[in-house]
Amino acid sequence: MADGAVQATGPRRARLVVLIPYVWLVAFFLVPFLIVLKISLSQTAIAQPPYVPVFDPAADWEGLKQFLAALSFENYAFIGSDWLYLASYLKSLEVAAVSTALLLVVGFPLAYGMARAPRRWQPALFMLIVLPFWTSFLIRIYAWVNILQRDGLLNQLLLALRIVDEPPAWLSTDTAVYIGIVYSYLPFMVLPIYATLERMDESLIEAAADLGCPRWKAFWLVTLPLSLPGVMAGALLCFIPIVGEFVIPDLLGSSQTMMIGQTLWTEFFANKDWPVASAVAAVLLCLLVVPTVIYQQVQTRNLERGR
Amino acid sequence: MRKASWFNLASVALGLAFLYLPIVILVIYSFNASRLVTVWGGWSTRWYAELLNDSAMLEAAWVTLRIAFLSATVATVLGTLGAIALVRFGRFRGRLLFAGMTYAPLVMPEVITGLSLLLLFVAVNIDRGFWTITIAHTTLTMCFVTVVVQSRLLTFDTSLEEAAMNLGCPPLRTFLTVTLPLIAPALVSGWVLAFTLSLDDLVLASFTTGPGATTLPIRIYSEIRLGVKPEINAICTIVIAVVATGIIAASLLAKFHDVSRDRGARFPVH
Repeated sequence: MADGAVQATGPRRARLVVLIPYVWLVAFFLVPFLIVLKISLSQTAIAQPPYVPVFDPAADWEGLKQFLAALSFENYAFIGSDWLYLASYLKSLEVAAVSTALLLVVGFPLAYGMARAPRRWQPALFMLIVLPFWTSFLIRIYAWVNILQRDGLLNQLLLALRIVDEPPAWLSTDTAVYIGIVYSYLPFMVLPIYATLERMDESLIEAAADLGCPRWKAFWLVTLPLSLPGVMAGALLCFIPIVGEFVIPDLLGSSQTMMIGQTLWTEFFANKDWPVASAVAAVLLCLLVVPTVIYQQVQTRNLERGR
Repeated sequence: MRKASWFNLASVALGLAFLYLPIVILVIYSFNASRLVTVWGGWSTRWYAELLNDSAMLEAAWVTLRIAFLSATVATVLGTLGAIALVRFGRFRGRLLFAGMTYAPLVMPEVITGLSLLLLFVAVNIDRGFWTITIAHTTLTMCFVTVVVQSRLLTFDTSLEEAAMNLGCPPLRTFLTVTLPLIAPALVSGWVLAFTLSLDDLVLASFTTGPGATTLPIRIYSEIRLGVKPEINAICTIVIAVVATGIIAASLLAKFHDVSRDRGARFPVH
């Protein structure tokens, strides 16, 4: 069926359909990465652009050889030797792992509640979960700055309820970062889990109940394993971008241990060290290759299952 | 037959409260008369009036809207082509790489994408500003459009297309008169998604911008770094209102489209 459509379209026009987005992505997604790799092997220079060597396509073989000889792994050695960068990477992985776990704890009951809600409520609930995702990321973080600041609403509430005597500082703490991340990424966790739970055949639970299985055990033995593809997709969809998160730790977190996204940002915008920034990005990319590949496979399988 | 249990009800209610309360508070405080953002001084629209005099903010908003409109439109075209390629073309050469390049930007940290695009723009030596931000946003958002259109194409009944072609309709016309109207709701939601993502983006825009092109998020971000201000609450409320209206309109449109199509099927007009 599908092949018929392609053949009938004619090979040339069909090729164009693939070619246009293909070329765009190669030009603006793949090639830039290669440039990052190349610059991460270059040295900082006070010039425009601020690195050497600059590849000169006009030079012939000799030029290329000189160019290759001038590349070095210095920036990587520098990143490896400086504790600041290592701490940054570890901090990012830690924050991403803890927040993914928190997201699961918060998101799973929400997704479960949605999937088990009466059918006619579900489109509205789905919409309600998606809607905040469409509202600006930056604005949602800003909303929390409003609430968490020293004389903000949270502290006013805590003081009024006499839970605390002194207003605690929320901003510039890890707690604030976790709140911000869980808040921003919640739809990414809830929706894939909801999608698998909603598709689940409920007669399986009834069968378990008929056979005398207690409800919690049926949940543990039937519902949970069946929801795993959704849980996987959700966890990866959250974990990977959180590792490189910039806005949330920058606005809500402390400046003591920076996450790697912040380090990259500072290296680039404040220190103007493009080669080191590129090397930081290249290492981050390597860290994320494995989870990204797994994510792609999970995504493809889930899409095909949804057919 | 389904009964909402207390536990499920509570988890949904708490989750929704968590998602909406901060935004509601932000909106309420944008109408606060007091300059002190934490003290309630009665209702007022003075911060909205003040925004109208902030020409830098208005200029930023205008630039952002233009970028969002342009990049969403291009992204919808590119993303739709990509989705058709992935769903309909079977295992063409280079499919793996193409699928990889489509899914990777969805999860790739924006700092990496932003940095790499900037280095590309520097390497080819083009002036950074409006157009470079537009290219960056198009690249990111076309992948979201692809995913949205792809899921629609996967659940799509191809027999209608086959019928049209069996009746001698040429492929391009089949696409324009049969396929396109059927996947139109996905295109609309893909466009709206791309538009809002572009409207919202700070990181890519910061990397790829140049002198003279300050977008709204860049502007808001630099203001937030200086602290909470009532004017920022007001501009944020306006952005939320614009986006929410757009989304609700788009989803109603999609629903209306579905309903009228179902009706059309049941009560053929001709």
